[in-house]
Amino acid sequence: MMRLYRWLFPHPLLTLILALVWILLQNEFSAGMAVFGVIIGIIIPRSTAAFWPERPAGFRLGKMISYSLMVLWDIMVANVQVAWIVLTVPNSKLKPAWIIIPLELRQPEAISLLAGTITLTPGTVSADLSESGHYLLVHVLHTDDPEAEVDEIKKRYEARLKEIFV
Amino acid sequence: MTYEIVTLYVITFCLIVGAAFTLIGAIGLLKFNDSMTRLHAPTKVGTVGVGGLLLASIIYNGVFGEGAMHETLIMAFLFVTAPISANFIAKVNMHRRACDQPPELPGDEQWATFDLVETDNTPDADTISQ
Repeated sequence: MMRLYRWLFPHPLLTLILALVWILLQNEFSAGMAVFGVIIGIIIPRSTAAFWPERPAGFRLGKMISYSLMVLWDIMVANVQVAWIVLTVPNSKLKPAWIIIPLELRQPEAISLLAGTITLTPGTVSADLSESGHYLLVHVLHTDDPEAEVDEIKKRYEARLKEIFV
Repeated sequence: MTYEIVTLYVITFCLIVGAAFTLIGAIGLLKFNDSMTRLHAPTKVGTVGVGGLLLASIIYNGVFGEGAMHETLIMAFLFVTAPISANFIAKVNMHRRACDQPPELPGDEQWATFDLVETDNTPDADTISQ
């Protein structure tokens, strides 16, 4: 029974998300469309399962939701800060910097989530990963203290992501 | 009646916030003079700028229309794809030497973008002119 379940739902969360996206795309809820959404949610993960056989070992959905809310709030705060920089700081006084973040995360999913978060928060853009994937290169728009920037990202985002992907 | 007026004010507020951030993003794109700092402007437009406009649309459709949830999908897709395009542009900048070069890594490692055959590493004339 467990094996059938695993075969049918290689990525259970993806199944849910696909069904939800399909229902949202329809814009009006009907039972038939919901069933079709679930069918799509089963077929797509099943047919692509061969390309990504590994599943993330542990994933805490509750922590992920609170993390998303925190990131949304951070995006808004950082937006105002960066808008202020754009409007008031002249180009000659701008201090852009590259910073290197030593990563403790190892799962590819977690690292791409961290890189995405860094890019979405205005003021920082993640540019590259080292060959081994142990360092992340980030470009900062305006900073007086690059070290503090690294600490902030590590404490605020990486520490929380480590709890989400166990 | 007052309920509708309050909703209209909320919608207007969202529209103004969204439009203002889009404008600031465009100003940033014009003002900055380095390709890496320029990259920071579109990441703002993509989040609060579009977010404000979509929120206004959601509220309008929810109160006066039949309620549309397409906007949340637009938002979700935007949040997933925007970092990837920003990442690509950053990598192209690094390759074209269009910005300050990133610092060296400790040890023997190098950045994954530069992990190429040596002959591919120098941009040739026609890729620069494009």
